[in-house]
Amino acid sequence: MKVRGLAIRAVKAVVVIALIAVLNFFLVRMAPGDPAQFMAGQSGSTDEKYLAQLRQEFGLDQPLQVQLGLYAQRIALLDLGYSHRQQQSVRSLILDRLPATLILTGCAFVLSLSVGVLLGVLSARKVGSWTDTAISATALLFYATPIFWSGLLLVLVFSVGLDWLPAYGYSSIGARMTGLETMFDIARHAILPVTTLSLFYIAIYARLARASMLEVSRLDFVKTARAKGLPERDVLVRHVLRNALLPIITYAGIHAGGLVGGSIVVETIFAWPGVGRLAYEAVAQRDYNVLLGVFFVISVIVVGINLLTDFVYALADPRIELG
Amino acid sequence: MKRFFALFVRSKGGVIGLVILLVVISLAAGARWLFPISPWEITGAPFEPPLSDNFPLGSDMLGRNIAAGIAYGAYVSLLIGLVSTAVALAIGITLGAIAGYVGGWVDQVLMGFVEFFQTIPSFVLAIVLVAIFNPSMVTIVGAIAVVSWPPIARLVRAEFMSVRSREYVQAAWLSGRSHAAIIVKEILPNTMSPVIVAGSMMVATAILLESALSFLGLGDPNLMSWGYIIGASRTVMRQAWWMSVFPGLAIVLTVLAINLVGEALNDALNPHLRPVEEGS
Repeated sequence: MKVRGLAIRAVKAVVVIALIAVLNFFLVRMAPGDPAQFMAGQSGSTDEKYLAQLRQEFGLDQPLQVQLGLYAQRIALLDLGYSHRQQQSVRSLILDRLPATLILTGCAFVLSLSVGVLLGVLSARKVGSWTDTAISATALLFYATPIFWSGLLLVLVFSVGLDWLPAYGYSSIGARMTGLETMFDIARHAILPVTTLSLFYIAIYARLARASMLEVSRLDFVKTARAKGLPERDVLVRHVLRNALLPIITYAGIHAGGLVGGSIVVETIFAWPGVGRLAYEAVAQRDYNVLLGVFFVISVIVVGINLLTDFVYALADPRIELG
Repeated sequence: MKRFFALFVRSKGGVIGLVILLVVISLAAGARWLFPISPWEITGAPFEPPLSDNFPLGSDMLGRNIAAGIAYGAYVSLLIGLVSTAVALAIGITLGAIAGYVGGWVDQVLMGFVEFFQTIPSFVLAIVLVAIFNPSMVTIVGAIAVVSWPPIARLVRAEFMSVRSREYVQAAWLSGRSHAAIIVKEILPNTMSPVIVAGSMMVATAILLESALSFLGLGDPNLMSWGYIIGASRTVMRQAWWMSVFPGLAIVLTVLAINLVGEALNDALNPHLRPVEEGS
């Protein structure tokens, strides 16, 4: 039964990805102006010959369903178009930049989830205590802070003021380093961007974890555990936290989209060479093929993460049947 | 109403939030009067630090008044936050009400639609929409509304489903009232309190979204906004911290105030939920 439920989820994910591709297609058609000009990137200087070639290639003079068919064929072959600006295919542009984004968002995801849950547990342990008030107030503050602004403040303090950490880029330029040194170098560059991206989500997960812990701690089995004389730590970790984690996993999946989206802002500030920075450059240069390509790839990643959390959820809770 | 007010005032955070919010609203309303010169106008030397003549919060890299920019930005932020939330509420309430009231396959199709929009990374979609349809007040409001309505639809649907089979609804149905009348006059008023809370929080999210869009250069080119000031002065941050710090503070305070008010509203409108927060 469980296997079937997961299979249905997987099929749903594929349908969602197909729908996102269709949305992409219609976005290009709905955009003001000539779609060929739009695909070429509105540089103004695009030559007529290239536009004619685009029109022919994408069947822009043919009915909409034919165009959609051609588009679907391309997407199925993972062809995301060509960037006239960068003289490179969108796919290779994105593939080049993807590892940096995966490092950034992956680290931020792990950091925000672990710190957030830890803070949530600490503040739920004694509601109304000084710790709880401090953590809740901090979470409320970070929840109200735009990611780009906390990034700029961190740069002001830790790079401009204290000169502890690099504010730009992914690795030191021109330095010859061994494998281990390179990893260390990237890690040093990653501290500020990862922290920036995490702060907002630490706030979200801390609030969630606190609420979820309080919800579970009112249930009967927790009273039973306490009545049995289990030490408080065991009650909290083995009984309350284990059950409180389930809704947190679900929300972690839902917020994954926000996390990947937030990387656009963070990568812009820190000149982090990922797909987010690529999207920002594409916006600035009106390179719409690249922008829509990034949108598609990020959406696919988010659908993938959601599917993954469904699997984790099913593993963590034997009662859940995914339907 | 009196009881509601008493409950609201009980929350310290709510009162603080309300005070900050009133300050921001008066700043927005009085911007033209406080700063008769447009914030786009160059009124002195560039790179003037805070507390210098004419520039209480400093000037930007062209010599424009940051304080004026913040006052006009307050108006833009609040306006975009409110209008986009209103549009999102209209979409969300309509679709949620139909899904919850009609049920069956209509519900399934609409909920599939909601799920689809919740899966798409919302900030990226907003960027794509604004970039493709060119940045303007209308496209920004539209993009924020398009990415914000799904939670409202879910909320309204759930409320409708739980209220649909109550006696008073069935009585209205038996007395021959039309579906539209039952939805609008009988059910909708009873689902409003969670929607008001979610809507108030959504204004805060919308302001954050707008600031991020204009930070990336996707703001309306004719409107002064907090995100724009920060984004434009980002490159000179090392020399001139005040250009990005003050507008950022304005965003944080406004969003914080709205969230505080939203939480106090939640406690006042749904008093039965209070024990959850207070624990045992």
